[in-house]
Amino acid sequence: MNRSKQQSAGLDAGSRGATGKDAFAQALDVPQVAGRSLWEDARHRLLKNRAAVFSLGLLLLILVIVTVGPWLIPWDADYTDWDNIYSPPSIASGHYFGTDAVGRDLFVRTLQGGRISLLVGFVATIVSLLIGVTYGAIAGFFGGRVDQVMMRIVDIFYAMPFMFFVILLMVVFGRNIILVFIAIGAINWLDMARIVRGQTLSLKRTEYVEAAVACGATPWQIIVRHILPNLMGVVIVYITLTIPQVILVESFLSFLGLGVQEPMTSWGALVNDGAQDMESAPWMLIFPAVFLSITLYCLNYVGDGLRDALDPRDRI
Amino acid sequence: MLNYSLRRLAWAFPTLLLLITVAFFMIRVAPGGPFDSEKNLPPEIQQNLNAKYHLDEPLVQQYFRYLGQILRFDFGPSFQYRDWTVNQLIARGFPVSLSIGALAMLLSFTLGVGIGTMAALRQNNVLDHGLMGFAMLGISIPNFVIAPLLILVISVYWGWLPSGGWEWNWRNMVLPVITLAMPITAYIARLMRGSMIEVLHSDFIRTARAKGLSEFTVIRRHAMKPALLPVISFMGPALAGLITGSVVIEKIFAIPGIGSFFVQGAMNRDYTLVMGVVIFYGALIILFNFLVDLIYAWLNPRIHYK
Repeated sequence: MNRSKQQSAGLDAGSRGATGKDAFAQALDVPQVAGRSLWEDARHRLLKNRAAVFSLGLLLLILVIVTVGPWLIPWDADYTDWDNIYSPPSIASGHYFGTDAVGRDLFVRTLQGGRISLLVGFVATIVSLLIGVTYGAIAGFFGGRVDQVMMRIVDIFYAMPFMFFVILLMVVFGRNIILVFIAIGAINWLDMARIVRGQTLSLKRTEYVEAAVACGATPWQIIVRHILPNLMGVVIVYITLTIPQVILVESFLSFLGLGVQEPMTSWGALVNDGAQDMESAPWMLIFPAVFLSITLYCLNYVGDGLRDALDPRDRI
Repeated sequence: MLNYSLRRLAWAFPTLLLLITVAFFMIRVAPGGPFDSEKNLPPEIQQNLNAKYHLDEPLVQQYFRYLGQILRFDFGPSFQYRDWTVNQLIARGFPVSLSIGALAMLLSFTLGVGIGTMAALRQNNVLDHGLMGFAMLGISIPNFVIAPLLILVISVYWGWLPSGGWEWNWRNMVLPVITLAMPITAYIARLMRGSMIEVLHSDFIRTARAKGLSEFTVIRRHAMKPALLPVISFMGPALAGLITGSVVIEKIFAIPGIGSFFVQGAMNRDYTLVMGVVIFYGALIILFNFLVDLIYAWLNPRIHYK
């Protein structure tokens, strides 16, 4: 497109005796407007969505507190404060969120749990991303028989009570944090695979892919150069929507006592502890629950905002 | 239509077989056996126990024996609850789980469709934003957070409803049903809003309005059916979510349903019980998905039964 513009500009220049693009624009009497890329467009739409921007800010804040916080707080996560066991939140004692049954500062514990929860969220999402995108891109790109068989397999997986398998897996192989990552990632790739496949199918029929085929590009080149970059939008949206799901699954497992193990902790595990003592020590339930809920809430809002910004089909 | 139904049903069998196979081999490679918790069992008794439950046979033989049992709908005896068969345990727990689950499903469907429609009719209004904010809350806050908070406030502080336990009594059902229904209501409301907005923009709705029909009639007679389609196809995943949720809810509220058996069984390596529950719920989900497919095809004139 760029080239044809220059060509016609050149022709124009030839006949009018002026040079370059400016002359062309002048000749047409059109002010030059800088083009806006799809990404800039999307950013504008996202920034206009106040809920999403606010959520994004809050998320960044939580991320910073969770990463930096534990170094700034005078208490260690495994330090027992014998003078303050089961003590409610107070500024005087320095335990702003109170302490738990063995006198550990709940603020530090909550931040430590947040590190694990967020880490699980990111890593398991990457696992599901790798599986889902590869699977979906292959099915969509090769189409036909391959696609039919691969999507049938996905259909079969869809009908499985996956949560039960994860519980089984945790029981069978013990509570291992690496396993948590893989197990959760491995059950969450189905949606990603379906979406990527659909997108690939429609991308495959576009003119520029046809042109690439005509130029003799190999399937691999086409996937890497033309398909994957165009999948970015959808993939980013689903990453944002998968992270809260994954965090939810992890905290669900931890809540059942199957996720991470002491002395490590996660928001789900803390909520579980807190729920057992909530009548005498409600703060043990409330603080981790609030952190977990706010994080999930914001992630969902950002995901929604990104979808509205990046996925033009859903715009109403 | 019959051909289509049969084809859908035919797909259920490989799914079920895969489910049984994976569950069987996964639990058998697990370290530790069902009788490990017994203290110092003499080897002879251990052998007798293994022989009684056919644990001494080769794995493949056990697998086919188990498949044969399943064909006769026999899940075998439970390893931990000595005098109970798995069938009996499921028969005992299922009415409880079913009544809570069915009520939650009913509640979330009516409430979700209502909220979604209302929000769609007031698109981008204060009401819409408020309702959707609440829906997002329902999706984001996990039910194991909501349940203890509800218990803390409603049962402990105010003393209105029991904090757990089970009797066949509405007071014991209110809190579990509400917590279980909350996330699914929220999903349905969001789905319903989106599809309703899309339907309201279509030509036949404009025609209906142009005919002079009242807004209520337009919604009820023309917009409702097509707008419900995405919600109908969500009912399968909704059931799966409900079953998963029931595991947590039954634990928190101390309800003797199937979910609580499952968690205990998994902890105690009660092979037969755990497999029985997984297969039972898996079959339930597969059957339900099949029914949902049929309803969807029946409601949607655009589907051709190929």
